[in-house]
Amino acid sequence: MHMADALISPVVGGAMWAATAGVAAYSVKKVQNDLDEQKIPLMGVMGAFVFAAQMINFTIPGTGSSGHLGGGMLLAILLGPYAGFLAMASILVIQALFFADGGLLALGCNVFNLGFYTCFIAYPLIYKWIMRKGYSTGRIFTGTMLSAIVGLQLGAFSVVLETLLSGKSELPFGTFVMLMQPIHLAIGVVEGLVTAAVVGFVWKARPEIIEKAASGEALGRVSIKKVLAGLAIVAVITGGVFSWFASAYPDGLEWSMFNTSGKEELEAPGGIHQTLAAVQEKIAFLPDYGFKVQEQETNANAAETEEAWPAVDAGTSVSGLVGGVMTLLLAGMTGYCIYMIKKRNKAGAV
Amino acid sequence: MSNMIASLYNIRLLDELAEKRTIIHNIHPLIKVLTTCVYLIVVVSFNKYELSGLLPLVFYPVIIIALADIPIVPLLKRMLVVAPFIIGIGLFNPLFDHSPMVVLPWIQISGGWISFFSILLKGVLTILAALVLIATTGMTRIAAALGMMRVPRVFILQLLLTYRYISVLIEEVGRTVRAYSLRSRGEKGIRFSDWGSLTGQLLIRTLERAQRVYHSMCCRGFAGDYNVGSEKRIQIGDILYFTGWGLYFVVIRYFNIPAAIGSLITGV
Amino acid sequence: MSHHIIQANNLKYTYPDGRQALNGVTFQIQHGESVGIVGANGAGKSTLLMHLVGILFPDEGEISVGEVPVIKKTLPVIRQSVGMVFQDPDDQLFMTTVYDDVAFGPRNYKLPEGEVEKRVKSSLETVGILHLMDRPPYKLSGGEKRAAAIATVLAMKPDILVMDEPSSALDPKSRRRLITLLKRFTHTKIIASHDLDMVLELCERTIILNNGQIITDGTTLDILANEELMEKCGLEMPLGLQGCPVCGAKKAT
Ligand SMILES: Nc1ncnc2c1ncn2[C@@H]1O[C@H](COP(=O)(O)OP(=O)(O)OP(=O)(O)O)[C@@H](O)[C@H]1O
Ligand SMILES: [Mg+2]
Repeated sequence: MHMADALISPVVGGAMWAATAGVAAYSVKKVQNDLDEQKIPLMGVMGAFVFAAQMINFTIPGTGSSGHLGGGMLLAILLGPYAGFLAMASILVIQALFFADGGLLALGCNVFNLGFYTCFIAYPLIYKWIMRKGYSTGRIFTGTMLSAIVGLQLGAFSVVLETLLSGKSELPFGTFVMLMQPIHLAIGVVEGLVTAAVVGFVWKARPEIIEKAASGEALGRVSIKKVLAGLAIVAVITGGVFSWFASAYPDGLEWSMFNTSGKEELEAPGGIHQTLAAVQEKIAFLPDYGFKVQEQETNANAAETEEAWPAVDAGTSVSGLVGGVMTLLLAGMTGYCIYMIKKRNKAGAV
Repeated sequence: MSNMIASLYNIRLLDELAEKRTIIHNIHPLIKVLTTCVYLIVVVSFNKYELSGLLPLVFYPVIIIALADIPIVPLLKRMLVVAPFIIGIGLFNPLFDHSPMVVLPWIQISGGWISFFSILLKGVLTILAALVLIATTGMTRIAAALGMMRVPRVFILQLLLTYRYISVLIEEVGRTVRAYSLRSRGEKGIRFSDWGSLTGQLLIRTLERAQRVYHSMCCRGFAGDYNVGSEKRIQIGDILYFTGWGLYFVVIRYFNIPAAIGSLITGV
Repeated sequence: MSHHIIQANNLKYTYPDGRQALNGVTFQIQHGESVGIVGANGAGKSTLLMHLVGILFPDEGEISVGEVPVIKKTLPVIRQSVGMVFQDPDDQLFMTTVYDDVAFGPRNYKLPEGEVEKRVKSSLETVGILHLMDRPPYKLSGGEKRAAAIATVLAMKPDILVMDEPSSALDPKSRRRLITLLKRFTHTKIIASHDLDMVLELCERTIILNNGQIITDGTTLDILANEELMEKCGLEMPLGLQGCPVCGAKKAT
């Protein structure tokens, strides 16, 4: 469920980058303040472990199919939230660079979706809360299961919001949610089961690993108040977005904002979108740039809208097609020429 | 198993490509990172019905791939692996958006299809940009660039360690899984009863390794900080590279060149 | 630097799980000496070496290097003069290129980058792998990895080299190259190994550990040729000192 560059807008990508960078900077500070430099190689090697462990096929009993480990929860449990978040970020950086898995612009989204909710919400509020009276096989199972599922649900919902706010996809909000949440419930159950099995095993073999990770951790001291305050803010924002959906589209499901015309869009109550659109406009150099200049008279106020209807005009369509094909041909030829010239130079040099 | 081998192969291939010495490889890593950022922002800033205007951006990966001697087949393969999610989400656009947008004499194309292809093209361009960056720069020099961008050194060291131990641990995990499957008669995955013990053992071994790595770092004076080695200075050529591409991207962003060429040819 | 005497006095160490790994170890090693530490698996060799570089601290007894006690406070000094080569080079080569790995130590001591480069290149040259400078560690053979690991330590300019099983997992040729290399070093050398033939070639002195205690400490030839003693410690005479399996003749030594 890695977000891809192609599906996000610069505003959403940038905002999520900023959020992620903020959380990461705070985490780095926390890790450094711990004065536990032993954690640094541990984070590095654990990150690599999760990367490798993600490739293990776990046969799911009774289905014949197999599932995988994501590892966010495992990292949080073993390293604590701050180091866990950073380790997850490293994994995602490498995946984005070497595997083009989730892009570089979407990296902010992905680190947030996969790292923030597990490390800073599911871990402290669910896992730690369940373990507050000490560890036991049962509690480890419940805590790990629940936090893995909740973490993934929040992450999946985040993907939905990011995609819709980016406005590249036509998927209606309701459909997308109905698609993402159940799938990620299944993924979350597998994730929870694997993590619970691993944590349970390690706890039995070497209890100090699991218990030390949590107790020596500064998070033990993190005030629940702060976390709750943070959650409240998230809730208010989410609530705001929702009520704005609800008021704009009473049926509550069809969120078709991004394929309605600019005018209706502006009439939609609530300032969030206007602000977003304004920011978007600053970032998108020429957001209303359509297919053809001549359309600009008909769309006099187009500058304020973000998705003006482009021309429906056979002439411009044909010329667009012809020009596009020409451009691609030219690009291909350029590449080929460079390649041939280099080859000849090489042959000449030998 | 096969996915582990494929991942290792992929990482090693990109590493190997990064060791080449072409004009592109010699450009300062910070400049390449920044150019990539500008490129990505420009690509995704095009609105969703934009297709022809995006096309000139194809020149960037094409030229770099040609100049840097990057083989195309592995890039295409990588793209095929990543594409399903993009296609999966993108395919809903033609489902939900039927308004006619492009009207050709012989066919009418709906906005949904246009935005679908726009997403697809953006996908191709952004994926190529990331792969081309790493294939011409390599992890070590990316880390140096991050250092120059004031990314905390702790994070950089941690990132490098993760990267370094991926090779070691994929091999270790691979050995264990292979040994397991040799004794489990044709089953593809790890049985439910062994989920915890197999992964847990691996995890404990990993933690022990982390401990040893830490010790060997300490023996060489590690005290929580890391000095990223210095990278060579930014030169005129680097600045020209950045401004050149930057200008090109901005021009492409503002002017729909293909449409202009098209109307020149068709006389519309 | 003629005063880098290593002095260990009645070292005792118990692992957190209750296993006593060192049980009163006392010895003194002079500057420039080459000492082999041998003993069966679990005898406590690695544990002892870790005390020399301050990875572990004794529960009882004390250890000092060149009159500096090995305690938390003196670690920066100790680690500059004692270099340790670990058993698994993958644990020691933790950076992404050989160059960065060898540079890691000098950079931690905040040397100017020019000096770092000089040190890296000369260490790599010494171990004969200068040409592998830009390689990632996973692309090195076992022998090259070992050489790189030694170079990372040499770049710190230590006076004392401590090595844990340096010849394990090496093919005969790489092993031979390693021995030749180590012979050239004038550092004080402390080598823990199961490769008794190598100990015989490199070290004039040998300490046998068993169950965390020193059984004997003396001239390598005397000790390793003592069949009875070796048997008692769960060891075997080095092949170089055993009779020829074909003709039964003892090899002249
Ligand atoms: N981290 C540890 N925790 C608990 N016990 C340990 C630990 N490391 C070693 N031991 C125990 O301490 C004893 C000495 O171990 P040590 O590693 O020093 O032996 P060694 O002589 O190096 O053996 P080998 O030849 O196998 O390398 C062994 O019994 C071992 O089981
Ligand atoms: Mg040992």
